[in-house]
Amino acid sequence: MKNNFTEGLKDGVPIALGYLSVSFSIGIMAVSSGLDIFQGAFMSLTNVTSAGQFAGLAVIATGGTILELILTQLIINLRYALMSLSLSQKLSEKITLWQRLVIAFANTDEIFAVAMNRSKSLTFSYMLGLQSLPVIGWTSGTALGAAAGQALPDAISSALNVALYGMFIAIVVPAAVKLRPVLIVAALAALFSCMIYYLPLFSGISTGTSIIICTILASAAGAVIFPVSQDKNGD
Amino acid sequence: MIYLYIIIMALVTYLIRAIPLTVFRRKITNPFVCSFLYYVPYACLTAMTVPAVFYATKSFASAFAGVAAAVALACCRRSLVTVAAGACIAVFAAEQLFMAI
Repeated sequence: MKNNFTEGLKDGVPIALGYLSVSFSIGIMAVSSGLDIFQGAFMSLTNVTSAGQFAGLAVIATGGTILELILTQLIINLRYALMSLSLSQKLSEKITLWQRLVIAFANTDEIFAVAMNRSKSLTFSYMLGLQSLPVIGWTSGTALGAAAGQALPDAISSALNVALYGMFIAIVVPAAVKLRPVLIVAALAALFSCMIYYLPLFSGISTGTSIIICTILASAAGAVIFPVSQDKNGD
Repeated sequence: MIYLYIIIMALVTYLIRAIPLTVFRRKITNPFVCSFLYYVPYACLTAMTVPAVFYATKSFASAFAGVAAAVALACCRRSLVTVAAGACIAVFAAEQLFMAI
């Protein structure tokens, strides 16, 4: 069991380092939205989600209502429900209910991707190890970013804005190069996303809703054209 | 008031993550559902990146430099951190270059 925890910690190091740099930009945004350093770090510690926090900060900064806040979180983070559902299929059967409630807390895009790529069974200690360092990195990076605040030159903060997207690219591209179906699903998602973004017909659709529509359409198309057999699912 | 907002955000996000992990405890055997779930992360991450990434920096051109660097590094199977750092450095370098010109 201990060995599993250490393996998880090791797999979590690159995610934690990535989060440390990405959450820096969230910290900067938190301060400009009117939060102090502690509130910014508290938000990262309790939410552990990039897109959701960006959207939440926008609602707070514009003085939005609680209902608006709940709806944005629900829409933007709905993808986690799909990821959790997918993860629940792969978790070891021995994992108890309360352990699942702990694992659910930090099921982020990157942790999910690493967990799904693991060839061995997913135990509670492995998941705990995998999630520990990224949560610490995410929270402390936010605090550092909030502390640095607007002191950072414009050129640096502009460059840091792509850090998050860089991580997304690092997850999708290698799989798309290796597996043609993944390439086509990703291309479809990009196409739908651009259509919603650029076509005036779809101008009423918010970013969060667009992500959900594109995800569902592209994944469904992939499932129809390239069904994945059960044993290949873990690859 | 800010804390109330933060706690509500956290609660909504947690429930979205926790309910499917606790309610669906039997293995799904439906091939369509399995395949669909397999493709979700790739579709979702791509939809979040394209085209938003091209508007995340000061100019379309510097963002393009960042994406090109990230894709090249990812093709070489570099780690998450290297790819993210490479994208940031490329954007920074491109913006400095444009300013110099």
